[in-house]
Amino acid sequence: MRTKQITQKDGYYMTKAAELAKMGEVITNSQIGGRRNIVINGAMQVAQRATQVTGLGAADGYHTLDRWNMEIGDTSAGRFTMDQIADGPSGFANSLKLTTSTADTSIAAGEFLKLEQRFEGKDLQQLKKGTSDAEKVTVSFYVKGNAAATYTCELEDVDNTRSINQAFSVTTDWTRVILTFAADTSDPLGNDVNNSLQLNIWLHGGATYSGGTFVSNAWKDIVENTRMAESHTSIFDSEARTFFITGVQMEVGSQATPFEHRSFGEELTLCQRYFQSYTDNGSGGGNVTNGTIISDRFYGTFRYQKQMRAIPSSFTTTSGGFNVQSSALSVGSMSIDETFNATIDSVRFRTGSNSNFTGGQGAILRFDTGTIEINSEL
Amino acid sequence: MDIQSSQYVRDEDGQNSCIKLVLNNMPNNVDYMLIPLNTEGKHYQAIQEWVAEGNTIAEAD
Repeated sequence: MRTKQITQKDGYYMTKAAELAKMGEVITNSQIGGRRNIVINGAMQVAQRATQVTGLGAADGYHTLDRWNMEIGDTSAGRFTMDQIADGPSGFANSLKLTTSTADTSIAAGEFLKLEQRFEGKDLQQLKKGTSDAEKVTVSFYVKGNAAATYTCELEDVDNTRSINQAFSVTTDWTRVILTFAADTSDPLGNDVNNSLQLNIWLHGGATYSGGTFVSNAWKDIVENTRMAESHTSIFDSEARTFFITGVQMEVGSQATPFEHRSFGEELTLCQRYFQSYTDNGSGGGNVTNGTIISDRFYGTFRYQKQMRAIPSSFTTTSGGFNVQSSALSVGSMSIDETFNATIDSVRFRTGSNSNFTGGQGAILRFDTGTIEINSEL
Repeated sequence: MDIQSSQYVRDEDGQNSCIKLVLNNMPNNVDYMLIPLNTEGKHYQAIQEWVAEGNTIAEAD
Protein backbone atom coordinates (compact mmCIF):
# COMPACT_ATOMS: atom_id res chain seq x y z
CA MET A 1 0.00 0.00 0.00
CA ARG A 2 1.30 3.41 -0.82
CA THR A 3 0.47 6.62 1.01
CA LYS A 4 0.30 9.89 -0.80
CA GLN A 5 2.48 12.58 0.79
CA ILE A 6 0.90 16.04 0.65
CA THR A 7 3.85 18.38 0.25
CA GLN A 8 5.08 21.03 -2.14
CA LYS A 9 6.46 18.12 -4.09
CA ASP A 10 3.02 16.78 -4.85
CA GLY A 11 2.94 13.74 -6.98
CA TYR A 12 5.67 12.13 -4.90
CA TYR A 13 4.68 8.91 -3.15
CA MET A 14 6.34 7.70 0.07
CA THR A 15 6.61 4.24 1.48
CA LYS A 16 5.32 3.70 5.00
CA ALA A 17 8.90 3.45 6.26
CA ALA A 18 9.83 6.72 4.65
CA GLU A 19 6.75 8.33 6.12
CA LEU A 20 7.66 7.16 9.62
CA ALA A 21 11.20 8.41 9.11
CA LYS A 22 9.78 11.77 8.14
CA MET A 23 7.65 11.82 11.28
CA GLY A 24 10.75 11.12 13.33
CA GLU A 25 12.47 14.04 11.69
CA VAL A 26 9.55 16.28 12.55
CA ILE A 27 9.73 15.20 16.19
CA THR A 28 13.49 15.78 16.24
CA ASN A 29 12.90 19.25 14.88
CA SER A 30 10.46 19.83 17.77
CA GLN A 31 7.72 20.76 15.37
CA ILE A 32 5.27 18.91 17.56
CA GLY A 33 5.09 18.45 21.29
CA GLY A 34 4.06 20.60 24.25
CA ARG A 35 5.83 23.46 25.91
CA ARG A 36 9.29 22.39 27.00
CA ASN A 37 11.18 25.48 28.10
CA ILE A 38 10.76 26.37 31.77
CA VAL A 39 12.83 29.53 31.33
CA ILE A 40 10.90 32.73 30.65
CA ASN A 41 12.36 35.28 28.23
CA GLY A 42 15.14 32.90 27.26
CA ALA A 43 15.54 34.58 23.88
CA MET A 44 15.98 37.95 25.60
CA GLN A 45 13.05 39.54 23.80
CA VAL A 46 11.32 41.43 26.62
CA ALA A 47 12.90 44.41 28.40
CA GLN A 48 10.12 46.38 30.08
CA ARG A 49 12.41 48.33 32.42
CA ALA A 50 15.23 49.43 30.12
CA THR A 51 17.44 48.14 27.33
CA GLN A 52 20.67 49.43 28.86
CA VAL A 53 21.77 50.32 32.38
CA THR A 54 25.32 51.43 33.14
CA GLY A 55 27.31 51.57 36.35
CA LEU A 56 25.81 48.42 37.86
CA GLY A 57 27.52 46.39 40.55
CA ALA A 58 26.49 48.02 43.80
CA ALA A 59 23.05 46.47 44.23
CA ASP A 60 21.04 43.40 43.29
CA GLY A 61 18.19 43.78 40.91
CA TYR A 62 16.28 43.28 37.71
CA HIS A 63 17.78 46.05 35.61
CA THR A 64 17.03 45.44 31.93
CA LEU A 65 15.74 42.15 30.52
CA ASP A 66 12.70 40.76 32.27
CA ARG A 67 13.15 37.81 34.62
CA TRP A 68 16.97 38.09 34.56
CA ASN A 69 18.24 39.11 37.97
CA MET A 70 21.77 40.21 38.83
CA GLU A 71 22.57 39.06 42.35
CA ILE A 72 25.52 40.68 44.05
CA GLY A 73 27.24 39.65 47.26
CA ASP A 74 29.51 41.89 49.31
CA THR A 75 29.80 44.74 46.85
CA SER A 76 32.80 44.52 44.54
CA ALA A 77 34.62 47.52 43.14
CA GLY A 78 33.79 46.00 39.76
CA ARG A 79 31.12 47.73 37.71
CA PHE A 80 29.34 46.62 34.57
CA THR A 81 26.83 47.60 31.91
CA MET A 82 23.84 45.37 31.18
CA ASP A 83 22.32 45.52 27.69
CA GLN A 84 19.64 43.96 25.61
CA ILE A 85 21.56 43.93 22.36
CA ALA A 86 20.70 43.10 18.74
CA ASP A 87 23.21 40.28 18.43
CA GLY A 88 22.77 36.54 18.55
CA PRO A 89 23.37 33.23 16.82
CA SER A 90 21.29 32.35 13.77
CA GLY A 91 17.61 32.60 14.62
CA PHE A 92 18.02 34.93 17.61
CA ALA A 93 17.51 38.67 17.26
CA ASN A 94 18.62 39.56 20.77
CA SER A 95 20.98 38.62 23.53
CA LEU A 96 21.88 39.81 27.01
CA LYS A 97 25.29 41.46 27.13
CA LEU A 98 27.35 42.25 30.20
CA THR A 99 30.37 44.52 29.79
CA THR A 100 32.83 45.25 32.55
CA SER A 101 33.27 49.00 32.87
CA THR A 102 35.43 49.01 36.01
CA ALA A 103 37.71 46.06 36.68
CA ASP A 104 38.29 44.54 40.12
CA THR A 105 41.23 42.24 40.56
CA SER A 106 41.38 42.57 44.34
CA ILE A 107 38.57 40.20 45.16
CA ALA A 108 37.29 40.03 48.72
CA ALA A 109 36.23 36.62 49.96
CA GLY A 110 32.51 37.30 50.09
CA GLU A 111 32.12 38.95 46.69
CA PHE A 112 30.06 37.34 43.98
CA LEU A 113 28.15 38.23 40.84
CA LYS A 114 25.49 35.91 39.45
CA LEU A 115 23.11 36.17 36.53
CA GLU A 116 20.04 34.22 37.52
CA GLN A 117 16.47 33.29 36.83
CA ARG A 118 14.23 32.30 39.74
CA PHE A 119 11.36 29.83 39.39
CA GLU A 120 8.16 29.31 41.34
CA GLY A 121 7.72 25.88 42.88
CA LYS A 122 4.36 25.59 41.12
CA ASP A 123 6.15 25.60 37.78
CA LEU A 124 8.62 22.85 38.69
CA GLN A 125 6.51 19.92 39.87
CA GLN A 126 7.20 18.05 36.60
CA LEU A 127 10.83 17.67 37.75
CA LYS A 128 9.50 15.24 40.40
CA LYS A 129 12.36 16.38 42.61
CA GLY A 130 12.55 14.58 45.90
CA THR A 131 10.87 11.44 44.59
CA SER A 132 12.18 8.13 43.31
CA ASP A 133 10.97 9.21 39.85
CA ALA A 134 13.02 12.42 39.86
CA GLU A 135 13.92 13.65 36.38
CA LYS A 136 17.18 14.85 34.94
CA VAL A 137 17.16 18.47 33.81
CA THR A 138 18.93 19.76 30.73
CA VAL A 139 19.99 23.39 30.50
CA SER A 140 21.14 24.82 27.19
CA PHE A 141 22.14 28.29 26.06
CA TYR A 142 24.23 30.17 23.52
CA VAL A 143 27.19 32.19 24.80
CA LYS A 144 30.19 34.14 23.59
CA GLY A 145 32.64 36.68 24.99
CA ASN A 146 35.56 38.87 24.09
CA ALA A 147 37.98 36.10 25.10
CA ALA A 148 37.99 32.55 26.35
CA ALA A 149 36.51 32.13 29.81
CA THR A 150 35.19 29.51 32.21
CA TYR A 151 32.10 30.13 34.30
CA THR A 152 29.80 27.93 36.39
CA CYS A 153 26.17 27.05 35.83
CA GLU A 154 24.27 26.06 38.96
CA LEU A 155 20.81 24.81 39.81
CA GLU A 156 20.13 26.06 43.34
CA ASP A 157 17.31 24.42 45.29
CA VAL A 158 16.31 27.36 47.46
CA ASP A 159 13.66 25.39 49.35
CA ASN A 160 16.17 22.84 50.63
CA THR A 161 19.51 24.72 50.38
CA ARG A 162 20.97 22.27 47.87
CA SER A 163 22.79 22.78 44.59
CA ILE A 164 24.30 21.07 41.58
CA ASN A 165 26.98 22.72 39.49
CA GLN A 166 28.78 22.36 36.17
CA ALA A 167 31.46 24.46 34.51
CA PHE A 168 31.14 25.68 30.94
CA SER A 169 33.41 27.42 28.48
CA VAL A 170 32.96 30.62 26.54
CA THR A 171 34.80 31.44 23.33
CA THR A 172 34.74 34.42 21.01
CA ASP A 173 32.18 32.69 18.77
CA TRP A 174 28.57 31.86 19.54
CA THR A 175 28.54 28.33 20.98
CA ARG A 176 25.63 26.32 22.30
CA VAL A 177 26.36 24.96 25.77
CA ILE A 178 24.39 21.86 26.77
CA LEU A 179 24.49 20.72 30.39
CA THR A 180 22.43 17.79 31.66
CA PHE A 181 22.02 17.81 35.42
CA ALA A 182 21.49 14.68 37.49
CA ALA A 183 18.10 13.96 39.02
CA ASP A 184 17.66 14.67 42.72
CA THR A 185 15.67 12.10 44.66
CA SER A 186 16.07 14.12 47.87
CA ASP A 187 13.98 16.99 49.10
CA PRO A 188 10.93 17.98 47.04
CA LEU A 189 10.23 21.52 45.90
CA GLY A 190 7.30 23.39 47.40
CA ASN A 191 4.19 23.61 45.25
CA ASP A 192 3.73 27.35 45.77
CA VAL A 193 4.39 30.74 44.22
CA ASN A 194 7.66 31.28 46.05
CA ASN A 195 11.22 31.03 44.79
CA SER A 196 12.00 27.31 44.86
CA LEU A 197 14.82 26.96 42.38
CA GLN A 198 17.29 29.24 40.68
CA LEU A 199 19.27 28.86 37.48
CA ASN A 200 22.50 30.66 38.39
CA ILE A 201 25.38 31.67 36.15
CA TRP A 202 28.34 32.44 38.40
CA LEU A 203 30.44 35.17 36.80
CA HIS A 204 32.59 36.32 39.69
CA GLY A 205 33.28 35.19 43.22
CA GLY A 206 35.73 35.31 46.08
CA ALA A 207 37.32 32.63 48.22
CA THR A 208 34.09 31.99 50.11
CA TYR A 209 32.69 30.37 46.96
CA SER A 210 35.76 28.55 45.62
CA GLY A 211 38.77 26.62 46.80
CA GLY A 212 36.91 23.57 48.04
CA THR A 213 36.74 20.33 46.11
CA PHE A 214 34.49 21.09 43.15
CA VAL A 215 32.44 18.03 42.16
CA SER A 216 30.68 18.45 38.86
CA ASN A 217 27.06 17.41 38.39
CA ALA A 218 26.29 16.04 41.85
CA TRP A 219 23.45 17.29 44.06
CA LYS A 220 24.53 18.15 47.59
CA ASP A 221 23.60 20.34 50.51
CA ILE A 222 25.25 23.62 49.66
CA VAL A 223 28.92 23.84 50.58
CA GLU A 224 29.76 27.43 49.78
CA ASN A 225 33.40 26.95 48.78
CA THR A 226 32.50 24.32 46.17
CA ARG A 227 30.01 26.37 44.17
CA MET A 228 32.44 27.77 41.59
CA ALA A 229 34.50 25.53 39.32
CA GLU A 230 38.27 25.44 39.40
CA SER A 231 40.02 27.85 37.00
CA HIS A 232 36.95 30.07 37.12
CA THR A 233 37.12 33.36 35.27
CA SER A 234 36.10 36.62 36.93
CA ILE A 235 34.10 38.85 34.63
CA PHE A 236 35.71 41.75 36.48
CA ASP A 237 39.26 40.75 35.54
CA SER A 238 39.56 43.45 32.86
CA GLU A 239 37.55 46.31 31.44
CA ALA A 240 37.41 44.65 28.05
CA ARG A 241 35.56 41.61 29.40
CA THR A 242 32.16 40.86 27.83
CA PHE A 243 29.65 38.06 28.25
CA PHE A 244 26.78 37.45 25.83
CA ILE A 245 23.99 34.93 26.39
CA THR A 246 20.70 34.03 24.69
CA GLY A 247 18.55 31.03 23.82
CA VAL A 248 18.42 29.85 27.42
CA GLN A 249 16.35 26.72 27.85
CA MET A 250 15.75 24.46 30.85
CA GLU A 251 13.79 21.31 30.17
CA VAL A 252 12.97 17.99 31.75
CA GLY A 253 15.03 15.05 30.53
CA SER A 254 18.53 14.26 29.38
CA GLN A 255 18.24 15.61 25.83
CA ALA A 256 18.62 19.20 24.74
CA THR A 257 15.93 19.86 22.17
CA PRO A 258 16.02 22.84 19.80
CA PHE A 259 15.25 26.14 21.50
CA GLU A 260 11.52 26.64 21.90
CA HIS A 261 10.83 30.00 20.28
CA ARG A 262 7.75 31.73 21.64
CA SER A 263 6.08 34.84 20.28
CA PHE A 264 6.90 38.21 21.79
CA GLY A 265 3.33 38.45 23.04
CA GLU A 266 3.55 35.13 24.85
CA GLU A 267 6.84 36.05 26.50
CA LEU A 268 5.54 39.48 27.52
CA THR A 269 2.49 37.91 29.12
CA LEU A 270 4.65 35.44 31.04
CA CYS A 271 6.90 38.27 32.23
CA GLN A 272 3.92 40.36 33.37
CA ARG A 273 3.16 37.86 36.12
CA TYR A 274 6.24 39.35 37.80
CA PHE A 275 6.52 42.92 36.54
CA GLN A 276 4.23 45.35 34.72
CA SER A 277 5.04 48.84 33.50
CA TYR A 278 2.45 51.42 32.52
CA THR A 279 2.91 54.78 30.89
CA ASP A 280 1.04 56.63 28.19
CA ASN A 281 3.99 56.85 25.87
CA GLY A 282 5.04 53.24 26.03
CA SER A 283 3.58 49.83 26.56
CA GLY A 284 0.52 49.64 28.74
CA GLY A 285 -1.09 52.99 28.10
CA GLY A 286 -2.67 52.97 31.54
CA ASN A 287 -5.47 54.96 33.00
CA VAL A 288 -7.88 54.66 35.89
CA THR A 289 -11.42 55.30 34.72
CA ASN A 290 -13.52 54.67 37.78
CA GLY A 291 -12.17 57.23 40.17
CA THR A 292 -13.71 59.76 42.48
CA ILE A 293 -12.63 63.07 43.93
CA ILE A 294 -12.76 62.88 47.71
CA SER A 295 -12.05 66.20 49.33
CA ASP A 296 -9.07 67.46 47.31
CA ARG A 297 -7.59 64.18 46.03
CA PHE A 298 -8.29 61.59 43.33
CA TYR A 299 -8.97 57.99 44.44
CA GLY A 300 -9.37 55.09 42.05
CA THR A 301 -8.84 51.36 41.64
CA PHE A 302 -6.36 50.21 39.02
CA ARG A 303 -6.77 46.67 37.72
CA TYR A 304 -3.57 45.15 36.30
CA GLN A 305 -3.51 43.74 32.78
CA LYS A 306 -2.57 40.35 34.19
CA GLN A 307 -2.81 38.77 37.62
CA MET A 308 0.48 39.08 39.51
CA ARG A 309 2.37 36.22 41.13
CA ALA A 310 1.77 37.70 44.59
CA ILE A 311 0.74 41.00 46.14
CA PRO A 312 3.23 43.43 44.60
CA SER A 313 6.13 44.30 46.86
CA SER A 314 6.58 47.75 45.32
CA PHE A 315 4.94 50.34 43.10
CA THR A 316 7.56 52.57 41.53
CA THR A 317 6.47 55.85 39.99
CA THR A 318 7.34 59.33 38.79
CA SER A 319 6.95 62.72 40.43
CA GLY A 320 4.27 64.26 38.21
CA GLY A 321 3.18 63.11 34.81
CA PHE A 322 -0.38 62.11 35.74
CA ASN A 323 -3.53 63.98 34.76
CA VAL A 324 -6.80 64.02 36.70
CA GLN A 325 -9.89 64.79 34.65
CA SER A 326 -13.37 65.35 36.04
CA SER A 327 -16.43 66.94 34.51
CA ALA A 328 -15.31 70.25 35.98
CA LEU A 329 -11.60 70.44 35.26
CA SER A 330 -8.41 68.80 34.10
CA VAL A 331 -5.31 69.00 36.29
CA GLY A 332 -1.93 67.86 35.04
CA SER A 333 1.43 67.19 36.68
CA MET A 334 -0.18 65.13 39.41
CA SER A 335 1.62 62.35 41.30
CA ILE A 336 0.44 59.12 42.87
CA ASP A 337 1.27 59.56 46.53
CA GLU A 338 -0.41 56.53 48.08
CA THR A 339 -1.12 52.94 47.10
CA PHE A 340 -3.39 50.83 49.27
CA ASN A 341 -5.58 47.73 49.26
CA ALA A 342 -3.07 46.04 46.95
CA THR A 343 -4.01 42.54 45.82
CA ILE A 344 -2.73 40.24 43.09
CA ASP A 345 -5.36 41.77 40.75
CA SER A 346 -5.61 45.44 41.60
CA VAL A 347 -4.52 48.37 43.75
CA ARG A 348 -6.07 51.67 44.80
CA PHE A 349 -4.23 54.87 43.93
CA ARG A 350 -4.49 58.24 45.62
CA THR A 351 -3.00 61.36 44.11
CA GLY A 352 -1.59 64.40 45.80
CA SER A 353 -4.01 67.16 46.76
CA ASN A 354 -5.21 70.04 44.63
CA SER A 355 -7.38 72.83 45.96
CA ASN A 356 -9.27 73.13 42.66
CA PHE A 357 -10.82 69.68 43.00
CA THR A 358 -14.49 69.38 43.98
CA GLY A 359 -15.28 66.48 46.26
CA GLY A 360 -17.84 63.96 45.06
CA GLN A 361 -17.16 64.24 41.34
CA GLY A 362 -16.33 61.21 39.23
CA ALA A 363 -12.92 61.42 37.59
CA ILE A 364 -10.31 59.57 35.63
CA LEU A 365 -6.55 59.40 36.13
CA ARG A 366 -4.64 59.52 32.87
CA PHE A 367 -1.04 58.38 32.64
CA ASP A 368 0.49 61.12 30.48
CA THR A 369 4.24 61.03 30.93
CA GLY A 370 3.80 59.39 34.30
CA THR A 371 4.97 55.86 34.89
CA ILE A 372 3.88 53.21 37.34
CA GLU A 373 5.86 49.99 37.66
CA ILE A 374 4.34 47.09 39.55
CA ASN A 375 6.77 44.58 40.94
CA SER A 376 6.08 41.06 42.11
CA GLU A 377 9.42 39.51 41.21
CA LEU A 378 10.84 36.54 43.03
CA MET B 1 18.73 48.26 48.95
CA ASP B 2 20.66 51.51 49.07
CA ILE B 3 18.03 53.61 50.84
CA GLN B 4 18.24 57.39 50.67
CA SER B 5 15.00 58.13 52.56
CA SER B 6 11.85 56.43 53.79
CA GLN B 7 8.63 57.82 55.18
CA TYR B 8 5.27 56.39 56.12
CA VAL B 9 2.22 57.52 54.11
CA ARG B 10 -1.01 57.99 56.00
CA ASP B 11 -4.48 57.25 54.59
CA GLU B 12 -7.65 59.31 54.99
CA ASP B 13 -8.37 57.55 58.28
CA GLY B 14 -5.01 58.53 59.72
CA GLN B 15 -3.52 55.03 59.49
CA ASN B 16 -0.17 54.26 57.92
CA SER B 17 -0.91 52.60 54.57
CA CYS B 18 2.46 52.33 52.79
CA ILE B 19 6.05 53.57 52.87
CA LYS B 20 7.44 56.11 50.41
CA LEU B 21 10.96 55.03 49.60
CA VAL B 22 13.74 56.77 47.66
CA LEU B 23 16.87 54.85 46.73
CA ASN B 24 20.27 56.35 46.00
CA ASN B 25 20.34 54.41 42.75
CA MET B 26 16.80 54.87 41.43
CA PRO B 27 16.47 53.97 37.73
CA ASN B 28 16.44 57.00 35.44
CA ASN B 29 12.80 56.85 34.48
CA VAL B 30 11.26 56.80 37.98
CA ASP B 31 11.58 58.82 41.18
CA TYR B 32 10.27 56.90 44.18
CA MET B 33 8.66 53.68 45.37
CA LEU B 34 5.50 53.05 47.37
CA ILE B 35 5.90 49.92 49.48
CA PRO B 36 2.84 48.05 50.83
CA LEU B 37 2.98 47.16 54.52
CA ASN B 38 3.02 43.50 53.67
CA THR B 39 5.36 41.39 55.78
CA GLU B 40 5.73 38.90 52.91
CA GLY B 41 6.85 41.57 50.43
CA LYS B 42 10.58 41.51 49.72
CA HIS B 43 10.86 45.32 49.63
CA TYR B 44 9.11 45.64 52.99
CA GLN B 45 11.40 42.94 54.38
CA ALA B 46 14.45 44.81 53.06
CA ILE B 47 13.26 47.99 54.81
CA GLN B 48 12.88 46.07 58.05
CA GLU B 49 16.46 44.83 57.69
CA TRP B 50 17.54 48.43 57.16
CA VAL B 51 15.63 49.44 60.30
CA ALA B 52 17.28 46.61 62.22
CA GLU B 53 20.62 48.16 61.33
CA GLY B 54 19.62 51.24 63.31
CA ASN B 55 17.84 53.32 60.70
CA THR B 56 14.41 54.90 61.12
CA ILE B 57 11.36 55.28 58.89
CA ALA B 58 10.15 58.88 59.16
CA GLU B 59 6.62 59.46 60.40
CA ALA B 60 3.97 60.55 57.91
CA ASP B 61 3.44 64.24 57.26
